[in-house]
Amino acid sequence: MPANRIYGLMAEFGTAEELLGAARRTHEAGYVRVDAFSPFPIEGLAEAIGFRHTRLPLVVLLGGMLGCGTGYFLQYYAAAISYPINVGGRPLNSWPAFIPITFELTILFAALSAVVGMLVMDGLPTPYHPVFNVPRFALASRDRFFLCIKARDLRFNLLSTREFLETLHPREVNTVDV
Amino acid sequence: MSNPAADNSPDPVAQALTGPIIGPGYNYASVTDKISAIVLNRRTPKWWVLGFAVTFTLVMMLLVALTYLFTVGVGIWGINIPVAWGFAIVNFVWWIGIGHAGTLISAILLLLRQQWRTSINRFAEAMTLFAVACAGLFPILHLGRPWLFYWLLPYPDTMKLWPQFRSPLVWDCFAVSTYATVSLLFWYVGLVPDLATLRDRSQNRVAKIIYGILSMGWRGSAVHWYRHETASLLLAGLATPLVVSVHTIVSLDFSFGLVPGWHSTIFPPYFVAGAVFQGFAMVLTLAIPVRKLFHLEDFITTRHLDNMGKVMLATGLIVAFGYMSETFIAWYSANIYERYMTLNRMFGPYAVVFWGVIACNILAPQFLWSRKIRVNAGALFVIAMAINIGMWLERFMIIVGSLSRDFMPSAWGMYYPTRWDLFTFFGSVGLFLTLLLLFIRSLPLISIFEMRELVNEEASQPSGGEA
Repeated sequence: MPANRIYGLMAEFGTAEELLGAARRTHEAGYVRVDAFSPFPIEGLAEAIGFRHTRLPLVVLLGGMLGCGTGYFLQYYAAAISYPINVGGRPLNSWPAFIPITFELTILFAALSAVVGMLVMDGLPTPYHPVFNVPRFALASRDRFFLCIKARDLRFNLLSTREFLETLHPREVNTVDV
Repeated sequence: MSNPAADNSPDPVAQALTGPIIGPGYNYASVTDKISAIVLNRRTPKWWVLGFAVTFTLVMMLLVALTYLFTVGVGIWGINIPVAWGFAIVNFVWWIGIGHAGTLISAILLLLRQQWRTSINRFAEAMTLFAVACAGLFPILHLGRPWLFYWLLPYPDTMKLWPQFRSPLVWDCFAVSTYATVSLLFWYVGLVPDLATLRDRSQNRVAKIIYGILSMGWRGSAVHWYRHETASLLLAGLATPLVVSVHTIVSLDFSFGLVPGWHSTIFPPYFVAGAVFQGFAMVLTLAIPVRKLFHLEDFITTRHLDNMGKVMLATGLIVAFGYMSETFIAWYSANIYERYMTLNRMFGPYAVVFWGVIACNILAPQFLWSRKIRVNAGALFVIAMAINIGMWLERFMIIVGSLSRDFMPSAWGMYYPTRWDLFTFFGSVGLFLTLLLLFIRSLPLISIFEMRELVNEEASQPSGGEA
């Protein structure tokens, strides 16, 4: 099979600790295009494959600020600009009464940006992904742990990378077709 | 009441103190298989079919009641002047309160890192969602012209009018719709990894495609998990003040009014505590039978029951404090209307409701001081049921009791529900239970990935599956 038909090599592990150790050693060996798959979140795994931090909190903050501004402006516009009513000389911009809706829209926009932001950054929905071509990958959502070195990695070589993965004592190493 | 620390006898009382939050001998595979089997098993249990037949009949009854309501109008209900807010508003407040325990369990207990929440949070979140759906129905039904409900929303309309943004009723519209949306998002984000599990485990092609679409191609990548955890924590942080704000705004619907018995600053905290109190009662009402029917005693252990009993007791005491404070302030204010309202509650035509509230919400939870009762599923169920009823009566007492006798005796009038009020209320209970039964059969009722995480932490040593 020509190398450009290959997405990567995938090693299977039985425990979270083994995967974490293998991920660290893979990163130390200089591989950067690496992904690890587990049935539940593992503390430190993302860092082990070289992921530093996510901008998601920033997105949520911006979403919340947008919601806050929208909520207040909506009410200010309606009460003071679009349809001002003079009720016994009371101020049109009655800000204390506008707080509850401003608050609700802050939360709404922040929550929507958290979910949409997460999905966009993850690239979800993903209708097709090569890792599912490995039949045993179905166990990644049950009790197995996988480490995939992608063919895009500059250090990737079908033979030497497979040899390297074998040194990590996996249960199996599979080739992932594109 | 507590036993002297029973050494190593495995009796339920000792288990509740130090017991595990997951039964012994589980690994990643068996936890996954046990929970997903409830959904993926081809055979629908007999009790499910029977239960669905009953609840779906109630939904049909709701549809009949609503059709009649839309044809004829709110005159079919018992409401009139002076009691213009009857069952519909009582039911609204009751349902929205039920939802709050779900958010509390999923958000606040997540932030507090209470691991025992794991096995009940999915279930409680679903309960929130369905309770909010039932709650949202009632204010719309209660509008004289329900087909114009969108007038509550701000949009550039041809009448060039806006909703009255200074009114708690409009705040309520925003609060409840935000709450429903955020609850749905939170629930869905938690479901995605489990939907992927169902996609991978299902043998049925149609089910595989449906779960595949719903799981969006989740593959458990480390980076995705990282963002998933970040998003969950952020959503929990957002949902926590939200849940407090929702019931606060619901209580402002009343306390912004001048009616004796409504116009009180104690309302927001007292309503929020009442909501959590009642919500936990509803979680127990549902969890106790489900745990029994699906043999989930290893996942929803006596320790869970014990903890939920404690939360009910604590919030019940806050509610009791609210009642006492209301009564004290009525006397201390020296306001004749407030004083009369309080005496009228206790000894007036609706006195039976007041004493029912006291019995269900103050006396019944006192049994929860005993750990023996907190770990007894049957006794807990009875107490939880009493609280469900008591909290419904409480809203009736506040809403109807106050409206029926306000300032001028010439304006007084009694309220009696009609059969359509009852049909609509029990119909909404049927809708809630129908949605819940459908949920139990089609989605994992316990968060599978969080249970695997729990197995990992409980073992805290290499514990691979067998072969």
